[in-house]
Amino acid sequence: MEGAGTRGVGDMAKYMILIYGDAEQWDAMTDEQWRAHDAGHAAFHAEAGSRVLDGRQLESAPTATSLRADALGKIHITDGPFLETKEGLGGYYLLEAADLDEVMRLARLLPELNYMHSGLEIRPVVDRG
Amino acid sequence: MSDTRDEVVAAVTEAHRREWAKVLGATAQLTRDLDLAEECAQDAYAQALETWGESGVPERPGAWLTSIARNRARDVLRRESVFRRKMPLLVADETVQGPEDALNDDRLRLIFTCTHPALSIEARVALTLRLVCGLSTPEVARAFLVPPATMAARITRAKKKIAAARIPYRVPGPDQLEERVTAVLEVVHLIFTTGHTAPLGTDLVRRDLTDSAIRLARMLHLIMPTNGETSALLALLLLIASRQETRMTADGRMALLSEQDRSRWDRQLIAEGRSLLTEALLRRPPSRYALQAAIAALHAEAPSWSDTDWTEIVSIYDVLLRLWPSPVVELNRAVAIGMRDGPGAGLDALSPLLADPALATYGYLSAARADFLRRLENWPQAMAAYEEALTLTDNEIERAFLTERLTEVARNLRQP
Repeated sequence: MEGAGTRGVGDMAKYMILIYGDAEQWDAMTDEQWRAHDAGHAAFHAEAGSRVLDGRQLESAPTATSLRADALGKIHITDGPFLETKEGLGGYYLLEAADLDEVMRLARLLPELNYMHSGLEIRPVVDRG
Repeated sequence: MSDTRDEVVAAVTEAHRREWAKVLGATAQLTRDLDLAEECAQDAYAQALETWGESGVPERPGAWLTSIARNRARDVLRRESVFRRKMPLLVADETVQGPEDALNDDRLRLIFTCTHPALSIEARVALTLRLVCGLSTPEVARAFLVPPATMAARITRAKKKIAAARIPYRVPGPDQLEERVTAVLEVVHLIFTTGHTAPLGTDLVRRDLTDSAIRLARMLHLIMPTNGETSALLALLLLIASRQETRMTADGRMALLSEQDRSRWDRQLIAEGRSLLTEALLRRPPSRYALQAAIAALHAEAPSWSDTDWTEIVSIYDVLLRLWPSPVVELNRAVAIGMRDGPGAGLDALSPLLADPALATYGYLSAARADFLRRLENWPQAMAAYEEALTLTDNEIERAFLTERLTEVARNLRQP
C-alpha cells in the first residue's frame, strides 16, 4: 500500500451528534408522536449498529446547573443551561464512523429531522491518537 | 532539442491551465494532505520551467508533472513520516486501477471534496478556484473583493475542516451522486455569475472568473458526458459568454442586450451551446440550467432585440418559475412580458414584485421599472426609478449607464 499510510482505509473516527430542539414543543408531543419518534431512533440504531458508542436523551434545560468563573476566579453557579436559547440540547449520540459522509447518511435517519423546531449538529471528536 | 524561454513559459502556463487539477488531484490521493499536495504540485511546475528548456516539452505534460509531483511527495512522506503520523489525513479510498469507471478521476475527487455541502458556499467557491482552477490566493481574494489575508484565512479554515471532520476525498456513491453533482454545478454557476457582472468595481466582466467557470464546466462535461444537467450548464455558460465581447461599447459604456452589436457575437460558442442544449433538452424534466440556456439560445439566434421570440421566452419563464421559483426569475419574466405586450403590460407584471422583500435592494428591479416608465414617457416616475437604481449598484459601469439614462429623462422632463 502506498501513501501517507499510517491511517488505513478501515480507520474510524469519533463523532458527536448533538440533538437540539425546542423543549416546549417536545413536551407538547402526544404519546403517539413519541412512539413514532422512538421508532425513528430504533431505526437509526438498527442501521448504525455497533458504530453507536453511546447515546442519551437529556433531562430538559430547566434541570441544568451551570458553573462559570469570573475574572477573580470565583465560581458562580447558575440555575439553567450554559446558553439560554429557545432551542436547547436535548440529547446526543457518540458514534464511530469512517468519515463525515457516513455520519451524515446515518444522521438523516434521526426523527428530529421530521420537525421544524429540532435539528442536529455533527462535531468531530478530537483525536490525539 | 531545446525550446526558447518564451515557448517554455507558454507551455508551462498552458499545462497549468489544463492539467493543474489532475496533477494536484493525483498527488493529494497519495499524500492525503491538501497542503503538501499543493506544495509538491507547485514544485513540479517550477521544475518544468527549469528543465523543459533543456529537455523539450514532454509529449504528455500532465503525466510528466504528476509523476514529478508524486515523487516529490514520496520523498517528503519518507522523511517526515513520524511527524506526519500526528496530522489528520484526508480520508481516501485506495485508487482503483483501470479505466472502466469514468468517475474514477482525480479531478472529480478534488472537486467533490471542495464543493462538499458541509462547507459554506463561500468556502466551496474559494476552494474550487484555489485548488481545482489553480488560482493563487491573492487572485481569489481579488475576485471576491476581500483582502488577501481574509481569503487566506477562509481557505485555511476550510482545509482544516476537511481534515478534522473527515470530509472524504472521494467521488460520492450512486445514492448521493445526483445531489452532489448539483452542488458542484451550483458552485460553477456562482463563479460564472460573479464574473459575469462583477458586483462592484471598475470591470463589468471578470474574465478570470468566467473563463474558470467555463473550464470547470467543460472538464465536468468531458468526465460525465451523459449527465444532462452538466451539459445544460455548459450550454448556458457558452451561450452567455458568446456575447461577452459586446457588453461594453468601444468607449467603455455598458451595452444592454437590446443595444449590442449582434454581428460580433461568437457564433462558434453559440453553435456549441446550441448543440449541447439540444442534448440536454432530450432529458425530462429539463433542468433549471436547460431552461435558462433555452432562453439564452433564443436571444442568441434572434436577429434583433425587438425581433426576438418573446412569446416563447415568456412561456419558458413560466416553466422555469414552476421549477425554480425565484423573484429574480419573476423579474425577468416581467421584462419579457413588457417586450411581448408593451411597456404598460411590463409595468403591471413588475408591480407585484415591488413588495417582495427579497428584491427590496435589487437594483435591476428599479432599472427595469425605470426603462418601462421611460418608454411610456412617464418622465417624473422614470427619473425617480433611475435615481433609486443608482443608489443600488456599486458597479461603476452600470452606474455610468444609469446616469446617462437619468440625464436623458431629466432633459425630457424639462422640455416636454
